[in-house]
Amino acid sequence: MSDVTRVAERPERLTGETSEGAQELTRRIDTPTDELGREVGAVLRLDGVTLDPRQVDYERHDDETMIINMGPAHPSTHGVLRLMLELDGEFVLRTKTVIGYLHTGMEKTGEVLSYVQGATNVTRMDYLSPVINELSYSMTVEKLLGVEIPERATWIRMLMSELNRVSSHLVWMATNGMDLGSTSMMIYGLRERELILAFFEKTAGLRLNLNYVRPGGVAADLPDGWQDDIEVICNTIDERTYEYDQLLTGQPIFRNRLIGVGAITAEEALALGLTGPLLRSTGVPWDLRRNMPYLAYDQVDFDVIVGTYGDNFDRYAIRLNEIRESIRIIRQCAEKMPLGDYRSQDPKVTPPPRARIGESMEALIHHFKLFTEGFHVPAGEVYSAVESPRGEIGCYMVSDGGPKPYRMHVRAPSFINLQAIPLLMRGASMSDAITMISTVDPVLGEVDR
Amino acid sequence: MIPLPPLAPPAVLVEEALACDAAFFPTTEEYVDLVHALKADGFEMCVDVCGVDYLEHFDRALPEGVTPTRFEVVANFLSLSKRERVRVRVQAGNESPRVDTLFHVYPGTEAPEREAFDLFGILFDGHPDLTRILMPEDWEGHPLRKDYGVGHVPIQFKEAPGPR
Repeated sequence: MSDVTRVAERPERLTGETSEGAQELTRRIDTPTDELGREVGAVLRLDGVTLDPRQVDYERHDDETMIINMGPAHPSTHGVLRLMLELDGEFVLRTKTVIGYLHTGMEKTGEVLSYVQGATNVTRMDYLSPVINELSYSMTVEKLLGVEIPERATWIRMLMSELNRVSSHLVWMATNGMDLGSTSMMIYGLRERELILAFFEKTAGLRLNLNYVRPGGVAADLPDGWQDDIEVICNTIDERTYEYDQLLTGQPIFRNRLIGVGAITAEEALALGLTGPLLRSTGVPWDLRRNMPYLAYDQVDFDVIVGTYGDNFDRYAIRLNEIRESIRIIRQCAEKMPLGDYRSQDPKVTPPPRARIGESMEALIHHFKLFTEGFHVPAGEVYSAVESPRGEIGCYMVSDGGPKPYRMHVRAPSFINLQAIPLLMRGASMSDAITMISTVDPVLGEVDR
Repeated sequence: MIPLPPLAPPAVLVEEALACDAAFFPTTEEYVDLVHALKADGFEMCVDVCGVDYLEHFDRALPEGVTPTRFEVVANFLSLSKRERVRVRVQAGNESPRVDTLFHVYPGTEAPEREAFDLFGILFDGHPDLTRILMPEDWEGHPLRKDYGVGHVPIQFKEAPGPR
């Protein structure tokens, strides 16, 4: 009797030269020295900006430290983020982020959806700021197409993306308050966000994954009486931000939990490619809306909020004040909103209105072609980026002249910003580590795509 | 520091429609030197690194003297001081694509390079931890490759018994 077990032949791996399978944090004794140094923070290896590698305590005995696993289903990880932490008592020595639990292959899906359908796909990436995802996608397609969008569409896009920025920051205020023990903030943040979601529902028909901004314009015009709704939203939220000030900003416990915790420098932030509030908290005045204006951001008046110390409190203050700045932009949008078309009138890009289909053969053909085949986009490759609440969201698109993108890649700000976590957490206490995850503000739908 | 090579014309087919950013087309040997030069030239941030699989498009528009290969590595750089973007496109190879890592120039490329390895199988020489990042660590194949079938691959579950 031979004990031949029937094992399926595994094809030779393409990855023979890598350390595949090493996602987990290993014990100190099993970890090579340079890997140990890297896990303490990737910036360690950078010339000029290094933390001194000698500060890393390679000699520490294993029985003094403990490796624990946090997540992926931990309530404070804002989704399915998994962290492996090496703890010395209550203090974090090393951190490794393990992601991929929400990977749904959206970039691959983007290659089989036509440009018309594509916006429904990207809107599900960063589920807290769907409009801005769609905006980044649509602007990339328009750049390839060379389509001019009407002025009203531009301003509607601005209005909606600023509303979305407010709602995203409100959720952040809510969850950050929750992480720090201020459970009332959780309720207030979500209560205010509800106003904005109700307006989204009235405008686009959906509350979350709107599919509102599409290549060529927006899906629908603003509803009747939108000025009144905007007025109510702006006044309410503007007033309530001052209540948050009373509840959180001046409160000693809250301040002591945030001030001076998790500081990074501008050099480290730039080296790691961080964008958005994380970069601005270190004092770098970089906001794509101001520095590389898109839509009509050069025609509105707003301030870029910049921090000084790069700590958690700066990131909190930036987000709170960005809500106020966004409200300012929304008010100006409502004031300056031009009349006209809300989407491009190019029949090759925009479907005809329903009423025309019954009376015009051409309209029927265009409608049929658009929704079966989609429109063809000239061959080429472009990258375009917009400022999302979390940083620069970019879309790199390659077209081969067909009705579907040949390659669609999304530069997700959360994905890049997550690289700051090992650096931020080094030496922090476990309770501050929770705050650190919160102020980086990752949205796992976007991290994993 | 090496002097910057002249900008290659971006791959434009419809000139007036495309507002392409400037793009460099270095060889794999010149790649890291060029990126060093770009950094010295004021491009403080590497925004993104991603791979592209041009399996069906060896005939794509490229400047003179650049041999198209199946895989391309595309890196986007941003200069905050000059408010400019520049793109670097490297022809990475056909069967076993590999380029040098940018980790030692821009540490922020660690995660995007891992992603390009995970989804395309592009190897980055010198990367400190080239492991899968989005897919499970025992996954076989690289899903964003064009010859990785959609709907034809059985779902792989971790630690499930293999096919009969």
